Amino acid sequence: MERFSITIDQCQVPYEGEKNLLEVIRKANIDLPTFCYHSEISVYGACRLCMVEVEGQGTVPACSTPVREGMVVHTNTKRLRKMRKIIIELMLASHNQSCTTCDTSNDCRLQAIAKQLGVREVRFKQKKEFAPVDTTSDAIVRDPSKCVLCGDCVRVCNEIQSVGVLDFADRGADARVVACYDKGMGEIECVNCGQCVKVCPVGALTIKSEIDRVFEAIDDTSKTVVVQIAPATRVAIGEQFGLDSGQITTGQMITALRMVGFDKVFDTAYGADVTVIEEGSEFLKRYRENRDLPQFTSCCPAWVKFAEQYCPDVLSLLSSCRSPQQMFGSLAKDQLSDTLGIPREDIVVVSVMPCTAKKFEARRPEFAVDGNPDVDFVLTTRELTRMIQEVGIDFSKLSPGSFDMPFGFNTGAGVIFGASGGVSEAVLRYAASALGENGDQTFTQLRGSEGTRVTEIEIGGATLRLAVVSGLANARRLIDRIRSGDAHYDLIEVMACPGGCVNGGGQPVSKTRDTVYRRSQGLYNNDRMLQLHVSDENPYLQKMYSDRLDETRAHHLLHTTYQNRKRVALDDVLLSDSDPENTVELNFCFGTSCYVRGAQKLYNNVLKAIEEEGIGEFCAIRASFCGERCKNGPVLTVNNEVIDHCTEEKAMDAIHKILARKKPAQRV
Amino acid sequence: MNSSVSNQKFRCVCDILDRYEHKSSALIPILQAIQEVYGYLPEDIMTYISTALKISPSRIYGVATFFTHFTLTPKGLHVIKICDGTACHVNRSGEILEAVMKHLNLSDKKRTTDDGIFTLETVACLGACGLAPVIVVDEKAHGQMTPDTAVALIEAIRESDREQEATA
Repeated sequence: MERFSITIDQCQVPYEGEKNLLEVIRKANIDLPTFCYHSEISVYGACRLCMVEVEGQGTVPACSTPVREGMVVHTNTKRLRKMRKIIIELMLASHNQSCTTCDTSNDCRLQAIAKQLGVREVRFKQKKEFAPVDTTSDAIVRDPSKCVLCGDCVRVCNEIQSVGVLDFADRGADARVVACYDKGMGEIECVNCGQCVKVCPVGALTIKSEIDRVFEAIDDTSKTVVVQIAPATRVAIGEQFGLDSGQITTGQMITALRMVGFDKVFDTAYGADVTVIEEGSEFLKRYRENRDLPQFTSCCPAWVKFAEQYCPDVLSLLSSCRSPQQMFGSLAKDQLSDTLGIPREDIVVVSVMPCTAKKFEARRPEFAVDGNPDVDFVLTTRELTRMIQEVGIDFSKLSPGSFDMPFGFNTGAGVIFGASGGVSEAVLRYAASALGENGDQTFTQLRGSEGTRVTEIEIGGATLRLAVVSGLANARRLIDRIRSGDAHYDLIEVMACPGGCVNGGGQPVSKTRDTVYRRSQGLYNNDRMLQLHVSDENPYLQKMYSDRLDETRAHHLLHTTYQNRKRVALDDVLLSDSDPENTVELNFCFGTSCYVRGAQKLYNNVLKAIEEEGIGEFCAIRASFCGERCKNGPVLTVNNEVIDHCTEEKAMDAIHKILARKKPAQRV
Repeated sequence: MNSSVSNQKFRCVCDILDRYEHKSSALIPILQAIQEVYGYLPEDIMTYISTALKISPSRIYGVATFFTHFTLTPKGLHVIKICDGTACHVNRSGEILEAVMKHLNLSDKKRTTDDGIFTLETVACLGACGLAPVIVVDEKAHGQMTPDTAVALIEAIRESDREQEATA
């Protein structure tokens, strides 16, 4: 077989199928620095740090140069070294260098590359004025003064999540990364997944910290502070303390949390076990009755917000189950206030999550009782790391502790929730057991790293069609195929982050490419080490169901509803006014869903009819951009009456009725 | 506000979208057409365009801010374009710009007068270098300007507006 090779710095380097020159150079163990190159998103070529000299081609960026047989490449020349240094100096000159107090200090690529390249001084004038920090979001803080315009966040949001909240605005020296109309991250369609935080090489996008408020609660002696830890955090936090990714550190985490000052340490996997039972029985019921299928999972808060914004037609297919975090919060506050004899207000529930969207989820108004939230604070894995460091605990040397009961008892099914495919596998184990089969099985078909995995599994004589997707762009594509009738499934698991929660926006930044894989393996290993693998075998859970939860109560504490959500906060626009005395106010919704369902045609037809009848002077016409009733679109509001699935006839009827009522008054 | 005009405008938006068959590749001509209708690009209309073309509002905002042709705030009744291309620049267009800014109480950031009458813009070259320095007011070019004649021109426009209003 013919071998292809190129020459890099006088060495012959073979290549096969690498996407670009940079990949081959890195294969040759040369660490060319980059800001904007990520193998999973498109090549952008913005940072120019990977410039190399190719004989016959001149100086080219390696990331966007295809490999050609026999290329002669130089990566280490005087000119290139000088060029890289100047690029870093220029970046530093327009970068807010408050490194010691920056959230990303020590994880910062700019800091690391400046050190790697030996940049000792910045010869250019330092930029002094910066745009203000955006703190409108519950999950993500954006500090434009740190941005190096690599565009990683723009591409990950667009390409991996198909959300696209960030983009470049203006140009040249004024270019900047912003959300639409320069609004805050909390006022737009951001789903809070935090993937932008993960790819940001500097401190321009960071996690909104709740550390101070958690310490405050711990220090308050009148509060009992309990903490739940999510499965995906236990296989990742060790990385921050020099342990391998995927190493199970549940025991050390428990000890560390007690040392930090939490009163009780519980497991979100318990909440996950409850989720499996609720979601599993919901699925079996829907499957038997052959309605509301496919069932979509609802554990991922970024996916739920995504569905509320873009997929109003599938909202009724989402499982009504709350996520494990929220099930835990709701059960813990309800039960602990009884068993410990403490009023609900004095119990503080803190979650340790791999996820930034969980911060948003915890603040959803439906997850509170009389204004008291079920989950008070959410810490990401990275925030907990900082707390442990602040307290001064040597994490890697801790002897392991064990969970408090009752919410500390977990099964393997609850633990694998953290990996993409885990929820489906846990539900299938439950379904198998509920249908009289052995639930203690592994469904390896559901495991893997591909963004979309599809399989058929036989259980109890039925063939279930399953799809597991991670990455919201994959979810969008799958839903489009379902809408067009090209794909049919019974159960669909959606996780926003590629690979599932183990790769969540709150996790430590992946150092190597196999980090995410190793974390998932860690969870599957953990599952194998536990005695129980099927959620309904959890004895504490069985006791809770028999003692405390009848069907109504379970529904009340563990289920939720979803609402359509508008993408961008905007006011209605007044299109035409009329005599205020005799007004029929027409408000046409032009949101995404109504648009798709023909709002524009309705608007044109109704207006034409109004003109033909000569009643234009009585009509005030408004346009709104999403009234959040998407599945009933197109929606027209006539005075206070909301007309769903509106047609020209329905609209004109309503207008006539109101005018008829008003006419006698006019005569007077 | 003349209300029915606004309604007509929104119908124009619908027509524009139909004309370009709701194609995302036609974003720039669509935005141009919409700016012609409204005089600027209103946020809610951009959001509607984003829905119709299946492009994120941020990307539309990016395009709208990239090209100086597009404006996100309503423009004044009269648009004054001062050329600062090479020929005009060496013929001291900078001084004209300064004088007009001072006269209208405008700055680099504030480009439209409070009364909404004048918007001041600078352009890189109008291709009328023989007449440098050049000012264009509402499509009409005025050559060989000085700071004084530029200010006089603005006052003349104001005067003629007043007269028109009086006769109306």
